Amino acid sequence: MKNDIIISEISLKEKLIHHFEENITTLTADETPLFKEIRLKAMDTFMKKGFPHTKLEDWRSTNLSKSINKEYTLQLGNPEVKLDVSTIFKCDIHHLDTFLVTLYNGWFLGNEDITILKDGTIIGSFSKACVLYPDLVEAHFSKYASIENNSINALNAAFALDGVFIYVPDNVTVSKTIQIVNIINTEDNLFIQPRNLVILGKNSKLQLVHCDHSIEHKYTFINSVTEIVIGEGSTVDHYKLQNKDNDSTQITSTYFNQAANSTLTSNVITLNGGLIRNNLYVKMEGKGCTANMNGVFLIDKDQHVDNFLLVEHCNTDSVSHQLYKGILDDQSMGVFTGHILVKKDAQRTNAFQNNKNILLTDKATMHTQPHLEIYADDVKCSHGATVGQLDQEALFYMRSRGIRENTSRMLLMYAFAAEVINKIQIVPLRKQIDELVYRRLKGELSDCDQCILDCNANRQISFDIDLSRL
Amino acid sequence: MLSIKNLQVSIKGKSILKGLNLEVNEGEVHAIMGPNGTGKSTLASVIAGRDIYEVTGGEILFKGKDIFALAPEERASEGIFLGFQYPVEIPGVSMTNFMKTAVNEQRKYRGLDPLTSTQFLAFMEEQKKLVEITSMLTNRSVNEGFSGGEKKKNEIFQMAMLEPKLAILDETDSGLDIDALKVVANGVNKLKRPDNAFIVITHYQRLLDFIVPDFVHVLFEGKIVKSGGKELALELEEKGYEWLKKDVN
Repeated sequence: MKNDIIISEISLKEKLIHHFEENITTLTADETPLFKEIRLKAMDTFMKKGFPHTKLEDWRSTNLSKSINKEYTLQLGNPEVKLDVSTIFKCDIHHLDTFLVTLYNGWFLGNEDITILKDGTIIGSFSKACVLYPDLVEAHFSKYASIENNSINALNAAFALDGVFIYVPDNVTVSKTIQIVNIINTEDNLFIQPRNLVILGKNSKLQLVHCDHSIEHKYTFINSVTEIVIGEGSTVDHYKLQNKDNDSTQITSTYFNQAANSTLTSNVITLNGGLIRNNLYVKMEGKGCTANMNGVFLIDKDQHVDNFLLVEHCNTDSVSHQLYKGILDDQSMGVFTGHILVKKDAQRTNAFQNNKNILLTDKATMHTQPHLEIYADDVKCSHGATVGQLDQEALFYMRSRGIRENTSRMLLMYAFAAEVINKIQIVPLRKQIDELVYRRLKGELSDCDQCILDCNANRQISFDIDLSRL
Repeated sequence: MLSIKNLQVSIKGKSILKGLNLEVNEGEVHAIMGPNGTGKSTLASVIAGRDIYEVTGGEILFKGKDIFALAPEERASEGIFLGFQYPVEIPGVSMTNFMKTAVNEQRKYRGLDPLTSTQFLAFMEEQKKLVEITSMLTNRSVNEGFSGGEKKKNEIFQMAMLEPKLAILDETDSGLDIDALKVVANGVNKLKRPDNAFIVITHYQRLLDFIVPDFVHVLFEGKIVKSGGKELALELEEKGYEWLKKDVN
């Protein structure tokens, strides 16, 4: 690609700024004035703030410097992949008929840029949607993922070119689960910034599965931003599955904006990754909202997973539940920050948070930080955090029944993770993730597996223990 | 079957068992009695392989094998079962999966094919009936939220599933009402065969009304100070342990 730019290690920030200034005309060529304005403002923020560093409170346990000091290539034009994805990649959740959307190195991949379903649901490329539905996009783009104070959002907005766009009209229950798969397959070290926008009207329902996975072992830096607007009385089930290779850096920022009486269930499942930072922002703007945020991660070696949550209760009678669990092996490191903000008018708020972690070695570390900020007086809030080892009593009990130590440990870890896995409402997906989790715990799921949801590989695995629920 | 010679055990430098001898043969039921804190539970735990204890002397042979060379799971697979005084709760692991895993891991150790789900479920139903335990327990997580009585019955159920050669019941009767006690005793009586053996550790004579022991031993200050037939239990019930203490001192 002649447009491709190699960003050297000297200063990723400088290069990005330079790159932006050189290509601003190309970037904004067909864009509306508002888009152009957002890009310029965003770049301005990024110039001032640069990449987040450990002196910032929200980033003190996650150091990006190693990831930043690498060479990356940025693709400014759609590489126009002429490729049958199925030859390199097959994704298949047993017994679940999904509407599959593929992002290839951050670019929308498909025969049709935009598909309109019978019920009026629009699914397609973000860049195409900007052309076809500018009003709809402009009404929401960058509204929730603020570019004023957040340099990561700003960087994404400055360069955002493609991603997934979904629009669900009022009173529509989208019949199939929509599955977005981010495939990274590259010879180069890519810097990728997908931008997704999902809009639901009133009283609609959407199940969205978002899979991140890589094929080649390259240093990739992904900085994705997803804004999900949930209209009055609507329901979103969101699943994020991460199975990245150990050399990857991934920052994901997902913004959920909830109107009155809407329901959100978010599940973040991390099976493998290099450096992962998941920002999850839930803003309950309307009254009577429900948000359930669940997460589980299993990491080893030098992996680093940071889950950062901000849950804002802006209005009355909303309920939020956070349940995040982590299992850390070797010298891996985990971070959990759960910020609950209850605003002055958000009376009768119920907000709960629970973070539990198991360290399998002395070298693994976990930083967990609850952060409750409450300005209303009629509020029920609770938080709990534990960091511990596997229960030695339980381990001996199992071994005394003839279960080998390794199997006993695995069963205990599996049981620990199951509390989160059991909350997955799409049954075929739950079963699949269940299987993936215990393959991961048995060490059978490597980072080079074709796909987190690929069931073709090792289909005939025989387990000498059977954890399926009888 | 089980041969303990001059067993000496300490925990954190404190000596608990001080030269204990015990021989158990196939087809026998042994009761070990004695006051609190004399080492009854320590003995049970050491046989099962709990690693918090330090064995400072003596040996334990099971079917001629030195069990100190075996991991707890290997001892279990060789046929040793410990009924816990305080069974452990394991949230998230269902009883059925727990038992299926245990049964099949033991089978694997013995070179047998694993039971299929169907075979396992059928076997489980059979054993439940044998020890007269209702189906409720098996649908739940291991011991989670079980009452004291349920936990003890669950130990008996596990014993029935694992069909050990030597079962050691560590105060399985403590804190049980008479109905639960009968279930526990009935389990032992139903599972008793000429080729297996039981060691019943108890503080009270009460259980021995239902499980008739061939031998009764009194454990005191880390040693077996008196052995006898079932009548010894009655004598202890009547006289308490004080007269024995005098004998020892």
